[in-house]
Amino acid sequence: MSGARALGILFGTLISCSAFAVEPPIVIGGKIFTESYVLGEIAAQSIEASSHVPVTRKLGMGSTGILFEALKSGAIDVYPDYSGTLAEAILKRPDLKSLDEIRQALSGLGLTISGSLGFNDTYALAVKEEFAKKHELHSIGDLIPIEAGVKAAFSYEFMDRKDGYAGLVESYHLSFNPQKVNRMEHSLSFQAMDQNAVDLIDVYSTDAKIKKLHLQLLKDDHNYFPVYQAVWVARQAFVDKHPREWQTLLGLEGQIGEEAMLDMNAQADIQKIAFDKIAAQFLGSESPASKGWLREVARRTREHLWLVGVSLLFSVLVGIPLGVTAVRFQAAGQAILLSSAVIQTVPSLALLCFLIPVFGVGTKPALAALCLYSLLPVVLNTFTGIRAVNPIHLENARAFGLNRRQVLFKVVLPLASPTLLAGIKTATIVSIGTATLAALVGAGGYGAPIVSGLALNDVPTILTGAIPAALMALIAHGLFELLGLVLIPAGLRRRP
Amino acid sequence: MLELQNISKTFEDRTVLADVNLTVPKGVTHALIGSSGSGKTTLLRITLGLIPFDKGYVKINDQALLSFTQVEWADRIGYVPQDGGLFPHISGRNNVSLIAKLRGWRKSKVDARVEELRKVVDLDAEILSHFPREMSGGQKQRVSIMRAAMMDPAVMLLDEPMAALDPLIRRTLQQELKSIFQRLGKTVLLVTHDLGEAVYLAEQLTMLHEGRMVQTGTYRDLLLHPASPFVTQFINAQRTLPDAGELQ
Repeated sequence: MSGARALGILFGTLISCSAFAVEPPIVIGGKIFTESYVLGEIAAQSIEASSHVPVTRKLGMGSTGILFEALKSGAIDVYPDYSGTLAEAILKRPDLKSLDEIRQALSGLGLTISGSLGFNDTYALAVKEEFAKKHELHSIGDLIPIEAGVKAAFSYEFMDRKDGYAGLVESYHLSFNPQKVNRMEHSLSFQAMDQNAVDLIDVYSTDAKIKKLHLQLLKDDHNYFPVYQAVWVARQAFVDKHPREWQTLLGLEGQIGEEAMLDMNAQADIQKIAFDKIAAQFLGSESPASKGWLREVARRTREHLWLVGVSLLFSVLVGIPLGVTAVRFQAAGQAILLSSAVIQTVPSLALLCFLIPVFGVGTKPALAALCLYSLLPVVLNTFTGIRAVNPIHLENARAFGLNRRQVLFKVVLPLASPTLLAGIKTATIVSIGTATLAALVGAGGYGAPIVSGLALNDVPTILTGAIPAALMALIAHGLFELLGLVLIPAGLRRRP
Repeated sequence: MLELQNISKTFEDRTVLADVNLTVPKGVTHALIGSSGSGKTTLLRITLGLIPFDKGYVKINDQALLSFTQVEWADRIGYVPQDGGLFPHISGRNNVSLIAKLRGWRKSKVDARVEELRKVVDLDAEILSHFPREMSGGQKQRVSIMRAAMMDPAVMLLDEPMAALDPLIRRTLQQELKSIFQRLGKTVLLVTHDLGEAVYLAEQLTMLHEGRMVQTGTYRDLLLHPASPFVTQFINAQRTLPDAGELQ
């Protein structure tokens, strides 16, 4: 069986496994920062309060690109976003300013938006209050005298968007020292600021951490930053199918003012109140019972084990035959090894992004990515292990009358088994680590608390994901030691 | 009976074997001697059916190699590789019984045959449960002979059986090998570069040089009636130590 066919069959099985929901739920998406979690939770709870259609939350799903792909492919139905983001990052039409214009343009993609929810969350540049005082900074233009010495940390999205960094320095004639401008995950830049590692960061204007860290926003004299009205973005198909539920969401238009949003962000970021509680309080409904952390960890463990287990099974069932093929056929072998190495170099977020159009969001793209990542160690170690078998044993085996199959299973694989098992072990450990990224596409697992903890800059929450993940890796290590005692022929084991 | 008739083999443009004829009658031990590069290893691999040859035929008891599959041929010729060639990952017993099990022998039949051969090679039963890395050179050699004899082949083929052993053990094992061969009653072809070993173990010698047969006969024939100066040269080269007469 060819590798490609095996791959297809396995992915097919995975898809049919996870596609058996009875009534398709309404799926609410959200990005990986506090405000998006809060708004997503508000959307979910307001539909739940007025409708019988089940609601699934896919909050904390990474960047705009992932959310947009998810929306297009129907993997999510609705998520909160901002007018400026839609115009710039999705429509690539920075000239579109009004919500009507944006709605018009989105309709061509089968999407629609609500009116403004009531607040503008635009980009802003922030410095520490004492830094502002020291250098007499009030507006962005005041940075010019100190531009060469400023250490900045900007988010990837800010650096890459036309209405972000590039346009900003052009509009204000700023020339920062490129050596001192760092690209950084947004939630980490606050930490860098807090530890005085940087002077200047990009923020969202309603971010609660502005208050918490005593930051001062620099005035945008040139009105450079576009207006970022918060809106619901939905698939037209969803609006048509669930008009009542869409009306419920439209009922929130104009209901969330800047103060209210900043306040809710602060409750999440500073007081560490859970998103669902904040949303419930805003909606005036009863606060959902808090789930015990033990139950939460148990659920995350189940999700994580599923992700790791399936991808591991795949890497063994596909990786070992591919490795064997690579040894037997030289040209194919080089192709197999090269392509699995290339896959390994694709950054995990990018790979997830590529897989969303094919697999949607949730467990499927995460499993596909993990399967691909865990393939290389298994293929490579199978190849190396087999190549290291002394060719004399192969010739002898043939001389003794073993057929090809028997040579493979009685001689080659047993002799290669220590290396092979080491490859599977590497794949497992890598998989346990990489599976934490699955949360970015809504697949849950230990990554979910890590991602939301990162968004909240809340170390204890991060640890409820990070510690179990580390423990799982340790346990896996131990299990493989035991497995070695069973699978590696006694004649090859190290003597005690 | 093992017959090699007009065997020729070229690798690319290089002639490795040219018209080699060799007949070993049933029950006889025959040694194929030659230095490295003489073509003896190629001849061995051809006899085992591992590589094709350009011309001639190989027969065991009048049945030609080419009329069998590799697997069928393997049961007619027992092979003892250099250093024993045991598989390191399985015990001595499993090395010996591997093929019989793959051929579907019942356990009682396997056990009986292993026991029978163990007595022939005079090996402690306990050694069979050891892994190759736990065995001495002589033990490995005996287990390897058991493995080669397991399927009761008509011919046994041994590749440099003593090469890796130290001189004292060599001497003892040589004597034992000789009696093992007698007890097994097999047709034996021995491939070696060591004239002493060949003379001690085999009734007939064939000397190979640069892919050609130089002479076949007893040691006496080779010594007293050398077919070419090379034979004498080869014999003299292996007598390196001076004897007592020469020392005085």
